[in-house]
Amino acid sequence: MEVAKEKKIEMLRSMLLTRRFEETLTELCKNEGKIPGMMILCTGQEAVGSGVCAALSPEDVIISNHRSHNHLLTKGADPRAIMAEIYGKSTGCNKGKSGTLHLAVPEVNAPCTTTVVGGGLPIAVGVAFSQQYKKEKAVTVCFFGDGAADEGSFHESLNLASLWSLPIVFVCENNLYAGAQRYEEHTRVKDIADRASAYAMPGEIVDGNDVLAVYEAARTARERAIAGNGPTLIECKTYRCRGHGESDHQLYQPKDEIAAWQEKCPIPRLSDEVFALGLITAEELSALEAEIGAVVQEAVRFAEESPYPKPEEALEDVFV
Amino acid sequence: MQQLGMGQAVNQALREEMTRDERVFIAGEGVGVSIHDNPMLPTADLLKDFGVARVKDTPVSEAAIAGLAVGAAVSGLRPVVEIMFNPFFTLASDMIVNHAAKLRYLSGGKSTFPLVVRIKTGAGFGAGCQHAHNLEAWVAHCPGLKVVMPSTPADAKGLLKAAIRDDNPVVFIEDMMLYFVPEPVPAEEYLTPIGKAEVKRQGRDVTVVTWSKMLGVALKAAAGLAQEGIEAEVVDLRTLVPLDRETIISSVRKTGRLVVLHEATRTGGFSGEVCALVTEEAFSSLKAPFRRVTGPDIPVPVSPPLERFYIPDEEQLIAAVKEIV
Repeated sequence: MEVAKEKKIEMLRSMLLTRRFEETLTELCKNEGKIPGMMILCTGQEAVGSGVCAALSPEDVIISNHRSHNHLLTKGADPRAIMAEIYGKSTGCNKGKSGTLHLAVPEVNAPCTTTVVGGGLPIAVGVAFSQQYKKEKAVTVCFFGDGAADEGSFHESLNLASLWSLPIVFVCENNLYAGAQRYEEHTRVKDIADRASAYAMPGEIVDGNDVLAVYEAARTARERAIAGNGPTLIECKTYRCRGHGESDHQLYQPKDEIAAWQEKCPIPRLSDEVFALGLITAEELSALEAEIGAVVQEAVRFAEESPYPKPEEALEDVFV
Repeated sequence: MQQLGMGQAVNQALREEMTRDERVFIAGEGVGVSIHDNPMLPTADLLKDFGVARVKDTPVSEAAIAGLAVGAAVSGLRPVVEIMFNPFFTLASDMIVNHAAKLRYLSGGKSTFPLVVRIKTGAGFGAGCQHAHNLEAWVAHCPGLKVVMPSTPADAKGLLKAAIRDDNPVVFIEDMMLYFVPEPVPAEEYLTPIGKAEVKRQGRDVTVVTWSKMLGVALKAAAGLAQEGIEAEVVDLRTLVPLDRETIISSVRKTGRLVVLHEATRTGGFSGEVCALVTEEAFSSLKAPFRRVTGPDIPVPVSPPLERFYIPDEEQLIAAVKEIV
C-alpha cells in the first residue's frame, strides 16, 4: 500500500527532530555538570520509533525504555518539557524526578517509561488488558531491545498477551548490542522474531533502518490487534551507532561495523526518496530542518532558563 | 452478627467493591478455578458470580501478574492481584518494588497506580520455608508502597475495601491461619482507614505492639498476665506503612514499657523500626529497655515441633513482659 506523502514527511520530520535533539544532547553532555546522570541515545535507530508511532492513533499507548527520546518525541511529547526534564529542572515533564531515563508523558499516552530491561513488557500487558476490558479501539506498543528478550519478563508477557489475545504490538529494537555484548554473544537464536512462534503469535522481521517498512509492519500489527486477533512481535533489525550511553567508548564495537551501519542511516534513506519522488523540494527540506533547529534551540533555552526544583520537593509525589 | 473467617471477609470485601465499581477486577493463580475448593478461601465463587472477564486466572507468571496490575492501574482500572504465597513475592518483586512503587514518583505525580497486591502468608501449615516467609519488612522498606496486614476478619474487610479505593499501590498481606478462625464481621458497608492502628486491649503496665496473626497471641498472653496483675495494652498496627506513630508513642508514654511481637524473623524485622521510633520519640518515658519477640533467624521448618518452635507464642511474650515489668 502506497504511503501518503504527508505520512512520509511526518516520519522524516520526527526522525530529523530526534536526531537534532540528541545531537544537541551530545554537545550539552560535554559541559560537565550540565546534564545529570546517564545519557542514552538512539542515533541511527530513529526509524523504529518514527515508523511505529506514525502508524498509531493518539489514543494508542506506548511503553518505552531507557532509549526513549525518539519514541516520546514522535508520540507528540513537548520537546521543551522533555529537555527541561533531562536538565533536571522543575519545568520538566516529571518535575526533575525522572531525568532522561524514565520520562513519563501521560498526556500523549506514554504513562511510564522503565529502565529495568524487560520491565516494560508486563506493564504493557496490563495496559492492553485495560484496553480490552474497556473495549477501547486502541492498542499498546511496547518498545524494548534485543537484551530484553533474554529476560523472563519477556517470556511471561508474550505468553499471557497471546493467551488473552491482548491488543499489543511488541517492538523489539534489535540494535545488535545489549550493553557490551554483541547479539551472538547473548543468544543462539538467530532472530528474536522466531521466539514469537513459541507463543503462537506472528513474528515479523523488518529492516529497522527502513522507516516505511517499519511503518507498514506496525500498521498491519495494529490492525490485527484492533480486530481482536492478538499481539504481534516485530523485530526491527538496526544498529546502535553510539555506545550504550555517552560515556561508553565502544571499544568492543568494530569501527568498520559502525561505519558500515552509518552508511545505512535511515534519515537520508527517506529524505533521498521523498526528494527523488518530488514530494519535497530542496527549499522545503531546508525549511523543515530550520524549523526543527528552532524547536530544539527553544527547548534548550527553556531548559536553561528554568529553575531547579527546591530540594524539599524531593519529598513530593511518592504517594497520591 | 455474621461470623466469618478472614478469607470470607476478604471475599465479601471483593464482592462489595466489584459490585460497586466496574473498574475492579481480580487476577492471579487459581483465583477463579482453584486446586483448593474450600469456601473459607478469599476468592471462592467469585468466578461464578462475576464471570471470566473480571476474575482472571493467570498462568504461573508472577512477574506478568504484578505487571498486569501496574499497567491496568495506570490505564484507569483498579486491579486486585494475588500472589499465592509470600515467598513468591520475589518473582513479582521487580514489578512491585521498581515499578508499582516508583513510577508515580518518576512521573512527577502525573501517573497513578491504584492497585492492590494481596499476598497470602504465615507459618503453621507445615508447608515449609518456600511457602511460608513473612516479608512485610521488605515491602515496608520500599517508599511508594502502603503495607497493610490485618489481624481480624472485620479489619480485613474494611481495610481491603479502603485499599481498593486508595489511589496508591497497597500490599495487603493476609495470614492464612486467620482464614479458618471465624469472628464477628459487620455485614454492612464500612471502610477501615489505612494508616490507623487500633488499641485492641487497654492496659497500664506495658505496651505490646503487634500485627496480623500475632494479635491473637498477644491477647491471650495479656489475659494470662492480667491474672497475675499485669495489665498489658495491645496495639494492633494493622498498617505498617503509613505507620501510625502517634498511637504507638502515646501508648508507650502511658505504660513506659514496650514489647514488639511479630512472626517474621528478627534481624531486619519491622520490630526494629517500632523500637527505634519509640527510642527516638519517647525515650524519656521508657522505664525499662524494650523487648522483641519474633521468629528466630531461620527459614520456617516443616516438622511440627520445629515449626512450633519457630512461631512465637504466649509463653515467650509473657516471659518478655515479665523481664521488664
